[in-house]
Amino acid sequence: MWNSERLIEEQIPRLRRYARALTSDAVRADDLVQDTLERAWSKFSLWRRGSDLRAWLFTIMHNVYVNQVTAAGARHEWLPLDDDALEVPVEADQERALEMRDLVSALNQLPPDYREVLLLVGLEELRYEEVAKVMNVPIGTVMSRLSRGRERLRRLMAGEAAPVLRRVK
Amino acid sequence: MNDVTEQELHAYVDGQLDASRRGAVEAYLAANPHTAEKIAAYRRQGETLHALFDPALDEPVPARLRKPARSAWPVLRYAAMVGWLAVGLVAGWLARGPAVAPLALASLPQQASIAHVVYSAEVLHPVEVGADQEPHLVKWLSKRLGADVRAPDLNPLGFQLVGGRLLPGATGPAAQFMYQDARGQRLTLYVRTQTADTRETAFRYEKNNGVSVFYWVDGPLGYALSGELDRSRLLDAAKLVYRQLDS
Repeated sequence: MWNSERLIEEQIPRLRRYARALTSDAVRADDLVQDTLERAWSKFSLWRRGSDLRAWLFTIMHNVYVNQVTAAGARHEWLPLDDDALEVPVEADQERALEMRDLVSALNQLPPDYREVLLLVGLEELRYEEVAKVMNVPIGTVMSRLSRGRERLRRLMAGEAAPVLRRVK
Repeated sequence: MNDVTEQELHAYVDGQLDASRRGAVEAYLAANPHTAEKIAAYRRQGETLHALFDPALDEPVPARLRKPARSAWPVLRYAAMVGWLAVGLVAGWLARGPAVAPLALASLPQQASIAHVVYSAEVLHPVEVGADQEPHLVKWLSKRLGADVRAPDLNPLGFQLVGGRLLPGATGPAAQFMYQDARGQRLTLYVRTQTADTRETAFRYEKNNGVSVFYWVDGPLGYALSGELDRSRLLDAAKLVYRQLDS
């Protein structure tokens, strides 16, 4: 039993990394992790032994995150973006640090659903099917968010006008 | 050229492509430099994400994210053994009161179980005032409830007082004392003033929100003891509370 709790603890660094990327804010990220862990600990009996604990934890975190985004309401409503306003001037020979900063800024311009897909795939390296399960959407939705999200990031970072993302259900 | 789908291009970036399709994708990229450029940019996004956020993996985990001092799952199977012994007892206790709980009393286990669920799951701030300040805690809660409130001693059953808090009840302030055993299992005793229905009652049992509750009224106060415990074990605790508070 205590062993099981240790299993969860082992996942904390990954949860923190994902939350950090998702929120771009270390404190908010740890709040998200804490809420996730509290749920996980209290619902641990629901975890099917032998199934992927990490995917289960990411699912909980996804739900907590969605609730937070929803609760934040209009403040965080994701409207079609004005692309002109988003153009990031990028110099030809940018430094790595600049690229990193630009990626964060581009990432933050994505709607949360897209950001989650990009991070679960690109950072957490979950399989597409796992991402679909975590986010409770069809795999086609995952693929379309991945494809549009990546292209949008690429264009934002290249200083091109990026396509407006619509919500993909 | 056999058709390479966009999905396959992403799978290629993410190392999720079937090995059998790898050659086809690479051939396609060699023939389509514009797409190859995009794919390289997508790869770079992944690398940048790792460069940005992998350092979080090596940071020490702050205390607030570490294992709470409790375990959330009920494990007390052995309690089932004594359960049967207690069934007769429970029936006896219940038979002492009227069959239907008056309305005012009915809200007691409900409020208590909600308060139990909310605060027994709390890792950081399970109580407002800790057991180390018990005299202050008891004095404070007694004053707020306008009645003599005490924190019973459940050590004989292995439960130590964690502390307590003041809560809004249906008719005024209510108090909650929290106890915890060595396994981290938590019990809460909810106390409120009983305005409507102050007759003494027998123990009643109810299961609310997955929480077992024994509740009763003794003089001006209504008590509810909640926990995710086996019913018989909870009854033992309820009897202990009752004996101490009644004397």
